[in-house]
Amino acid sequence: MPGAPQSMSPSPRLWRMRCTEVIAAAVVVAGLAGTGAGLAEGVAAALIVAVVVAAGAALVLWFARNRFRSWAYQERDEDLIVERGVLIRRLSVVPYGRMQFVDVTAGPVDRIFRLATVRLHTAAAASDARIPGLEREEAARLRDRLAALGEAKAAGL
Amino acid sequence: MSTEPAGAWHRLHPLSPVVRSGRGVLAVAAAVVITRSLRPGSHWWIDLVLPVVAALAAVASWLVTRWRLDGVTLRIESGVVRRDSRQLPIARIQAVDVVRPFLARALGLAELRVRLAGSSHADGRLAYLTEQAALDLRAYLLAAHHGVDPATPAPAERIALVVPTGRLVGSVLLSTLGSAAVVVVAGTVLAVVSPAGLAALGAALGVALLWCAIAFVSLVWRRVSTEYGFTVAQSPDGIRIRRGLLGTVAETIPARRVQAVRMIEPLLWRPLGWCRLEVDVAGSPGHDEADGSARMRKTLLPVGRRDEAGFLLGMAVGRPVPGLTRPPRRARWKTPLSYHFLAAGHDDGLAVSVVGRVRKVTTMVPLEKMQSVRFVQGPLQRRLALATVHVDAAGHVRAEFRERPQAQARLLVDELAALSREARRAPAADVHQGTDGPQAVGGPPAAGGPQAASVASPVNAAQSEA
Repeated sequence: MPGAPQSMSPSPRLWRMRCTEVIAAAVVVAGLAGTGAGLAEGVAAALIVAVVVAAGAALVLWFARNRFRSWAYQERDEDLIVERGVLIRRLSVVPYGRMQFVDVTAGPVDRIFRLATVRLHTAAAASDARIPGLEREEAARLRDRLAALGEAKAAGL
Repeated sequence: MSTEPAGAWHRLHPLSPVVRSGRGVLAVAAAVVITRSLRPGSHWWIDLVLPVVAALAAVASWLVTRWRLDGVTLRIESGVVRRDSRQLPIARIQAVDVVRPFLARALGLAELRVRLAGSSHADGRLAYLTEQAALDLRAYLLAAHHGVDPATPAPAERIALVVPTGRLVGSVLLSTLGSAAVVVVAGTVLAVVSPAGLAALGAALGVALLWCAIAFVSLVWRRVSTEYGFTVAQSPDGIRIRRGLLGTVAETIPARRVQAVRMIEPLLWRPLGWCRLEVDVAGSPGHDEADGSARMRKTLLPVGRRDEAGFLLGMAVGRPVPGLTRPPRRARWKTPLSYHFLAAGHDDGLAVSVVGRVRKVTTMVPLEKMQSVRFVQGPLQRRLALATVHVDAAGHVRAEFRERPQAQARLLVDELAALSREARRAPAADVHQGTDGPQAVGGPPAAGGPQAASVASPVNAAQSEA
């Protein structure tokens, strides 16, 4: 094998995107619940609600941070390795020859951050090679490379 | 012989519409007779509109359906309103079935089903041909699939095993009896525990039990009638399975299309030393028809002794089962109940795992067919320095190497990936047939890829182009 293939991780923009999502959701929840509590019970209650929501958001962010850091992928000569998970650690090895098709998806929020998810499908329902938060150019590069390798090393069923 | 390889168009058998619409028309006619006797005043011809329309539609569909063979593909055109022309590349066939429902069998007809990987919509169905034509066409397709001269007659088969009817009935009764017993015990416990309103509960229980009995009988009948006279034969073009009481099914699984084999030993069968074998073929599980032939999971042995299962296993995977190792004792903390049978092992061509306590399942995945390999470790497993390795086969089957020591599991992932790569490269020396290569078929495969690659990989060649 020519040199050890380096391990890559999703774009830092994925972390920024997660932060934005969590903070936006927290602001909305805190706004609604705080207003409700404030009208019903007074300012003190509204403050307590805001603090609880902020603590919850911080917890979610901490978890999301670990999750974001756990993603890694590695393009080896013959197969793609994808690592992920905090609580449940997973590592998938998918040979290029087994690839049936590659999906590149980008939701509305992904598009704002110019990110995309690349997903490799095999004939097995369980093989789960998904890499989220790739910058668009990287996603396109990976897609083309995977498609080319898949064709070159195609190995039938 | 109506299956001349020359590319002429063929029709289905003229009696096809009768068989296809037969059951529906009969049912409607019976309904008409009943309603007529109940309500004599109405116009009798109104009731006949539906069956006549159905019969006309069947005839029209027969008129526009035609099929032909041209060297490397089977083409089927059908459809009155929406024309459907499908081309089935012979190199990509996963299995060929000859299905004979009761009515068709009485008329000497048979349906030919050609299965490809992918959804069941991609299957080619020719309903109906005469029995001889169906068998000839099957022989032609399989010969062409294996790269032999398509004109060769169907190779002689060697009967490997016939399941005795007594054992089949016994096994079905035993396996349904288990669930029936659970229902009865649960019902009795419920009746004893709740003293109030015993009479109402008793009546409800009676009705429930009656329903259970009906379901029980129909389940037993279905399984016995579909697996009656189960015969497994070995022939150079693959494994042949014949079964059925009223309607019969003849399945052929071409050599080297087996994605995984599972051996199942339910609790109640174990004292008798019985087990069941299932073979998985690529493709998604289609609609589950009564004859069970639409599934891509095929029964290789409905019930048999372990030595018979071992023999068939050798036939399906073509190599001995590697030795198994047990997970370390500390795995008991994570899986106190199912630890009993947990084991797994591999050699350079086969991954085997045993899981399940009540229903012991041994899964075998040829490494050549492995789709991906995964390492999964939950929080409890991390505490115990254990991990599970999944070897995924096409579809929903996988061999799970559960509760292996962490470091060993991580190495196992790389080792299995490397072994699988080697197994894919080596163009299977242990094939029963077809080693003489594709040159006899003539013409490049439809995908137009490099010859060697597309022969070794009939499915991917096209799909990676898409």
